Amino acid sequence: MSTLTIDRLTVGHGDGAPVLDGLSLEVPDGALVALLGANGAGKTTLLRALVGLLPARAGRVLLDGADLSALSTEDRVRRGLALVPEGRSVVVELTVAENLRLGALRQAGRPRRGPAVDAAVAEMYELFEPLARRRDAAGHTLSGGERQMLALARALVSRPDVLLLDEPSLGLAPLVVARLLGVLRDQAEATGLTVLLAEQNVTSALSVAERGVVLSLGEVVADRPAAELAADPALRHAYLGF
Amino acid sequence: MERLVFLLSTGLARGAVLALFALSLVIVYRAARAVNFAQAAMAVVPVYVALAVTSAGGSFWLGLAVALAVGALLGAVVERGLLRLVPQETPLPGIIVAVGLVMVLQAGLAMVFGPDHRPVHAPFSQRPFDVGGVSVLSPYDLFVLVVAAVVMGGLALLFSRTSLGLRLRAAAFAPETSRLLGVRVPRMVTLGWMLSSATAALAALLLVPTGLGLDPHAADVLFVNAFAAAVVGGLDSPVGALVAGLAVGVLVTLVTGYASAAAAPLAVLVLLTAVLLVRPHGLFATREARTA
Repeated sequence: MSTLTIDRLTVGHGDGAPVLDGLSLEVPDGALVALLGANGAGKTTLLRALVGLLPARAGRVLLDGADLSALSTEDRVRRGLALVPEGRSVVVELTVAENLRLGALRQAGRPRRGPAVDAAVAEMYELFEPLARRRDAAGHTLSGGERQMLALARALVSRPDVLLLDEPSLGLAPLVVARLLGVLRDQAEATGLTVLLAEQNVTSALSVAERGVVLSLGEVVADRPAAELAADPALRHAYLGF
Repeated sequence: MERLVFLLSTGLARGAVLALFALSLVIVYRAARAVNFAQAAMAVVPVYVALAVTSAGGSFWLGLAVALAVGALLGAVVERGLLRLVPQETPLPGIIVAVGLVMVLQAGLAMVFGPDHRPVHAPFSQRPFDVGGVSVLSPYDLFVLVVAAVVMGGLALLFSRTSLGLRLRAAAFAPETSRLLGVRVPRMVTLGWMLSSATAALAALLLVPTGLGLDPHAADVLFVNAFAAAVVGGLDSPVGALVAGLAVGVLVTLVTGYASAAAAPLAVLVLLTAVLLVRPHGLFATREARTA
């Protein structure tokens, strides 16, 4: 639904050397791109900078050509960006239903009210059946897989234009990962959602992505079709460690 | 027996005011993770304004509405103009600023309105009803109970049933996640302060006709008892504030009635110590999160 353009972005923590130094990347409308790289490659830093949780020292983030750089996190979200952060960002004090409602209060950045909120939440229950069974359970009672499912559902229910996912597979069983990524791919195909999926689980990520981008020490070292990347043992060995 | 019934019913009315004030402390604690030590001084300012409105010819009800509005406004001004500018990493700078604010507000009130007690008349009779020869609640006590119940019910509905309440709770529990969902967290924190200080102003307004009258320190004892109630209930639990507020109110009235007024603060202290020894996070504190 939207094209995300990263233009010579420089981001760092504190006074240290930048983690990302002049990084440029384009995620075209409707694409599902895997962002790969080892620990410390800069994946999380990039995603957090895109939504404005980390300030950029230089460079721009554009959504369909509109510069988001000066906007706060809330306003970037209201423009159609969504981030599912690493570590199952469920609000543990709220129930499953309340977490989903919180996400459903906006649709593509605009406020959504009353019955439309309920309908959007019901749609997610159909998509993620285990959540429907636990709708009144508090977030802190959910298992790891349920939490990640809820975090993804809460992002999807707001119908973002661009979805950024940070390591959704972290700590989950392979079967659960396959199921989550399957739903993600189906949703992306059905709605035209643009997805940037940061993963260390290379095989799973490349199985759903069309294109893979490999980051190493804050730089793009490879940007190729997913099938090609998966079949390149030299590259896998050099940057992904297997 | 008659004495016990009278003291219990009066204690409930006092407890309702305590519970309201304790609830105001819980609201601001949940919104900003801060104990507002200036709550008593901030609550008295709107009462002075209400009294000025009423004595200038306005009705009690107009004074009540003005007090709520001034309370909310004062909450917003204190949060936006003062506490937001203080470093947030540790609670201490905020506490020091709040204590300073108490001094400024109480001294300022004494300079403008004078340090003396000003008598405040209740809008209803304070003579107890006579039920079968037993004195029970007065009409004013009944009014206090009804107002407290309505406000607490309204706040409970706001927080549990509306989308604003959902955003207020989410912003308090998980600010970063809420921002990622488009919630304007700073605005929610300000709203929390406004709700809290308006509730505290209402509690102070309900309290003054039952005491010596209005002076800059009129809500100080209320704050101490309500703070004890909020801690006993578990500082982040509205239900805890309600239950513990009523309990402390009844306890204070019973001790005052059967022993002496001087023993009442001691009784509250004993209750606080006993509860904290058994449950350090308070009676109704939220449970630990599942970690695996």
